[in-house]
Amino acid sequence: MVTNFDLTEEQQAVRDTVRRFARERIAPIAAERDRTGEFPRETIQELAEMGILGIGFPEEDGGSGGDTLSYILAVEELSRVDGSHGITLAAHCSLGVWPIHAFGTPEQKARYMPKLCSGEYLSSFGLTEPDAGSDAGGTRTTAVLDGDEWVLNGAKQFITNASYSGVLVITAKTERTASGSRGISAFLVETDAPGFELGKKEDKLGLRASDTRALSFQDCRIPKDALLGELHRGFPLFMKTLDGGRISIAALALGIGQSALDAAVPYSMQRRQFGQPICEFEMIQSHLAEMQTEITAARHLTYHAARLKDAGRRHTLESAMAKYYAATVTMKATTLAIQILGGYGYTKDYPVERYFRDAKLCEIGEGTSEIQKIVIARELVKLYA
Amino acid sequence: MKIAVCVKQVPSSEARVQLAADGKSVALADAEMVVNPYDEFAVEEALRIKEARGGGEVIVVSVGPESAQAEVRKCLAMGADRGIVVQDPALLGGDGLSTARILAAVLAELQPDLVLCGKLTIDVESDLVAVGLAELLGLPHAALVTHIEWTGERTLRARREIEGGREVVELGLPALISVEKGINEPRYASLKGIMAAKRKPIEVARPDLPAERVGPGAAGVRVVAVAPPPERTGGRKFAGEAEVIVSQVVELLRSEAKVL
Ligand SMILES: Cc1cc2nc3c(=O)[nH]c(=O)nc-3n(C[C@H](O)[C@H](O)[C@H](O)COP(=O)(O)OP(=O)(O)OC[C@H]3O[C@@H](n4cnc5c(N)ncnc54)[C@H](O)[C@@H]3O)c2cc1C
Repeated sequence: MVTNFDLTEEQQAVRDTVRRFARERIAPIAAERDRTGEFPRETIQELAEMGILGIGFPEEDGGSGGDTLSYILAVEELSRVDGSHGITLAAHCSLGVWPIHAFGTPEQKARYMPKLCSGEYLSSFGLTEPDAGSDAGGTRTTAVLDGDEWVLNGAKQFITNASYSGVLVITAKTERTASGSRGISAFLVETDAPGFELGKKEDKLGLRASDTRALSFQDCRIPKDALLGELHRGFPLFMKTLDGGRISIAALALGIGQSALDAAVPYSMQRRQFGQPICEFEMIQSHLAEMQTEITAARHLTYHAARLKDAGRRHTLESAMAKYYAATVTMKATTLAIQILGGYGYTKDYPVERYFRDAKLCEIGEGTSEIQKIVIARELVKLYA
Repeated sequence: MKIAVCVKQVPSSEARVQLAADGKSVALADAEMVVNPYDEFAVEEALRIKEARGGGEVIVVSVGPESAQAEVRKCLAMGADRGIVVQDPALLGGDGLSTARILAAVLAELQPDLVLCGKLTIDVESDLVAVGLAELLGLPHAALVTHIEWTGERTLRARREIEGGREVVELGLPALISVEKGINEPRYASLKGIMAAKRKPIEVARPDLPAERVGPGAAGVRVVAVAPPPERTGGRKFAGEAEVIVSQVVELLRSEAKVL
């Protein structure tokens, strides 16, 4: 990483500290946790002690301070060593904590923010359902007010961190007659609420040490004041949440893409065939040049989106572009990294096959690449309208 | 209690350094710079002493180029209270004794109760500064310390790792201790620490020292040449029955490698 991204001293300090932590504490366990799928509780706890689970949230709210770009750098550096750590932090901060910080009442913030930011427990965002994936407005989960309580019924799918969460932000239909994405509301559900149940833990292709689970609500009762944001206005709430979250998935991709380069370049310098290091073959050079250029371009897009968010500007288009592009080039970079390592890259003796498997999620989570292109094109049309 | 910790900016042990054109120094170019790892143990120990006592001040003192402020800032992010740097180019570039003289001038004014240093710096490895500094300040000192036990408000027992054993020495403050790996595991800076470090003061000190005492002109030791370690030659593979190979290898370790 030679390009100067004009990071502040503080952003550099965050990046360097997380980089060092990842190298010293996470690198030794990453391959094993990929194999066993065991959630890395200890290192997540250590990150909590460093204040990283509250990064990007103001100290008045119980956060650790720091801006969006510092947070993005933290996700990138974790992902450069282990994507599972990266997505765990990304889902917690962007999807779990952020909507509470942005839309919560003072009471809701006081109740949850300090515990979430100190890592007493993690948080999750339950949007996806078995029948509502890309079409997130197609939520079938319902919430009906019964006296002083909301009664939830339905199921959620693929919810990151759910096993370790103390509170989840979920969406449910509150206006049965409203069509499409209208009449949806967001709620805060504590995981000990009666009628809330954790479902199956997914056995995944990659990011295997991260926690992904199904959830169900069966006459699950939560207090009336567990409504997050305005009634029936849940759709814009989660669209805004995803605008921020997509930057963190771009950072997850960047970290994985960078790790592919970190593995491929030294290997190509040391591996000799036909009497010379393979990095001297033009076709290998072409691979490396594409990887480096595309990952650097993705980094520019991602940091730019983070800076817009920090400046309080609209970033729907920029975060969708960052996420779409970073995911695309990282999928390609991890594919090429295996290619450069040849047969060795295809085995578990080298980490690039793990990077390749982990990278794929970036094209799916928080809106598939197809959905990102829809967002990008819609924003584009607005620009020309 | 006022604790001064001497820290130096050094290239990371993973940095690729190259021989400079003069053949007497190394070119650092874009090498990643870090706090000398042994000095980091010293900072951690100082913070633990302060925390255990529920008060005091930890002051980080560094001699080096202006860029070394970044390493001082890292120590402040770990929790040190303030920094003092000496970065006057006229004073830099001397040997270990010269550095000790500069630090002594700063510390004589600061009057700390305890001075902590790393046992050596991983760049030059002269092992001179800590002992030299203790001598110049007239302080009792213990080197290569792996454990400090406080026996009173101002008395301590220091455990030293020595060849083939351990030595325990008693010291009274003020004193200087140089620490060895194993004394503690340095903390990672917390985010709050990083934010707080921005607002902590780093003072630029300009000790008035004559040119014949410090800097390149005053160096008692001159580096005449620096060379990379000899390149590693390829290994040798043995094939066949285990019993046969083992005796072959043992024989070669004796006759060729001469390590047995
Ligand atoms: C590891 C992991 C973690 C996750 N974490 C969370 C989480 O924490 N919270 C959460 O709510 N969700 C989470 N998800 C869910 C994720 O956001 C969804 O998987 C994703 O949005 C896609 O939905 P789907 O899987 O139902 O696919 P579908 O929506 O069924 O899509 C299938 C295919 O159809 C394409 N497609 C769908 N609609 C269109 C269209 N209009 N135009 C063109 N193509 C289209 C898609 O791009 C895709 O290729 C996670 C998923 C994974 C795998």
